[in-house]
Amino acid sequence: MAQSARPALARSGLSDLAIRNVFIIPSIVFLIVFNIFPLLYSLGFSFTEYRASMNAPANFVGLQNYRDLLSDEGIWNNFTITAKYVIISVCGQVIVGFGMALLLNRKIPGKGLLTTLMMLPMMMSMAVVGLFWQLLYSPSWGIVNYVLHTEGMVWLSDPDVALVAIAITDIWMWSPFVMLLCLAGLSAIPSSLYEAAAIDRASRWFVFSRITLPLVAPLLLIAIIFRTMEAFKTFDIAFVMASMDETELVAIKLYKMAFQEWQTGRSCALAYIVLLAVLAITNIYIKYLNKLKER
Amino acid sequence: MAAVQSKGQQIWNRLAVLLALLVLVITMIPLYWIGSTAFKARADATTVPPTVFFKPQITAFIKLFTARVQFRGEIDKDAYAAAPWWEKLVLDGGERFIKDDKGYIENSGYAARFLNSLIIAVTSTFLAVAMGTVTAYGFSRFKMPGEADWLFFILSTRMLPPVVVAIPMFLMYRIVGLVDTHVGLIILYTAFNLSFSVWLMKGFMDEIPKEYEEAALVDGYTRMAAFFKIVLPQAVTGIAATAVFCFITAWNEYAFALMMTTRKAQTAPPYIPSQLGSGLTDWTTIAAGSLLFLVPVTIFTFLLRNHLLRGVTFGAIRK
Repeated sequence: MAQSARPALARSGLSDLAIRNVFIIPSIVFLIVFNIFPLLYSLGFSFTEYRASMNAPANFVGLQNYRDLLSDEGIWNNFTITAKYVIISVCGQVIVGFGMALLLNRKIPGKGLLTTLMMLPMMMSMAVVGLFWQLLYSPSWGIVNYVLHTEGMVWLSDPDVALVAIAITDIWMWSPFVMLLCLAGLSAIPSSLYEAAAIDRASRWFVFSRITLPLVAPLLLIAIIFRTMEAFKTFDIAFVMASMDETELVAIKLYKMAFQEWQTGRSCALAYIVLLAVLAITNIYIKYLNKLKER
Repeated sequence: MAAVQSKGQQIWNRLAVLLALLVLVITMIPLYWIGSTAFKARADATTVPPTVFFKPQITAFIKLFTARVQFRGEIDKDAYAAAPWWEKLVLDGGERFIKDDKGYIENSGYAARFLNSLIIAVTSTFLAVAMGTVTAYGFSRFKMPGEADWLFFILSTRMLPPVVVAIPMFLMYRIVGLVDTHVGLIILYTAFNLSFSVWLMKGFMDEIPKEYEEAALVDGYTRMAAFFKIVLPQAVTGIAATAVFCFITAWNEYAFALMMTTRKAQTAPPYIPSQLGSGLTDWTTIAAGSLLFLVPVTIFTFLLRNHLLRGVTFGAIRK
């Protein structure tokens, strides 16, 4: 088939190789120009003392920015807060999401509509969601306090609670994502396995731990890695909902350093530290994604 | 599941459905709250206990699009009588419109921000999907040395935190004068969505049998013609799903818009929270703005429902 196609191609003038290049190269060039080049540009700045708000030219200081950042306790604190946030929100999403998937993994009338409704929050703008949860969390007239009977609880200005309150909003938004992936995993488990277990009179726990969990695990893992990566990058929701030291995630610190304090050089160095962390997680994520594809 | 269910299993099933419905209701409460607050009177929005039943009114939507100021003292009775019904609604709330010299009511910034969001999201979606479709076809049909590495490279550009990219982009945009312009944001969103669109479209392209084009090639079509006349029509569903996902991402984007725009090209996501301001917040107007902003996404989510899983996994999992 391919051989008989050759003469036709020769007639057309454009070889497959040329078409491939015409199709692929523009996108790659576009990404290099608008994604990679800026990063190289900021790599340069990360070795300098430079303030974009002033006219003074960038002053080369070598690794000074990196040294300062890594020995700055404030920055470590930002990373600790971020880690705490990632753990709370991802754990919450896995528990709620996986739980919901187990509940929904049966014949239910109107299941399609149900899942679609559940998906709505995660399709929405995080900034708008964060904004609106402020009303829900309001100490005096918020419905959260009303429903939970926690009158006067100041969710978003209490240093001990604010991070958890933001994480709860994130859990509300993104549990359906975990649920969606787990449901896909659950529905792919052949029912013959369950039937065999029923014949063997296996206990519920045995069935769950030996059949359900191992077979859902690959998709659950993908969901966890992806949510970890996203939670690590969180900016919108936390930035909109609260502004105190206890909720200052790394991305927010970076924003403040770059666009409020105008420590451009230093912020570029911090950006690179964040970048390396994200690339490491991304690498794991894509590896698993490709493995999944090959199945 | 066994064909005949034991009694215990039936009860278990019912319980699960009930629990699932409960979670659904909890999930829906915040959404209902946005929707209902938008139609409440200002005084009803912040009551203790919260108002659940109320007479819906559209005052918040009128206020959303207009510039207003609070007034003190009595209003002029004749002016009140002469005002149209929608102006009366605002006057009843203790506010009056700000009017220019010719007596026209001044706009609030909302409509302009909404339009900016629309222009920027639609244009960047078109570009990202167009480029993504052809690139995905290239990756799907032709051998490329180091293909996996290129695909990794493409996807990794999407995974970067927006702030990391925004700092150098801001410096570069300042030099070329693209800060606070539509073009500036369109470029950023196109780059952001392109990687996603390539990955998702590659999955859709892989599903179209090669034999279709090969048959066309035998019939004397050129590769180009085969792509446009045979492959593209087959890929329409995939293109539509990809486009909707890209649109939603661009429409919702907040961080880039916050850092790269201030006024002229500002989109709705950074604008709506900025209305929170200090002092007494008018939550009904904010809710009205949020609600209008969420409408397109809600509609699209329902249109997309069969492709959601695929979209959120970058095309790795197909249903």
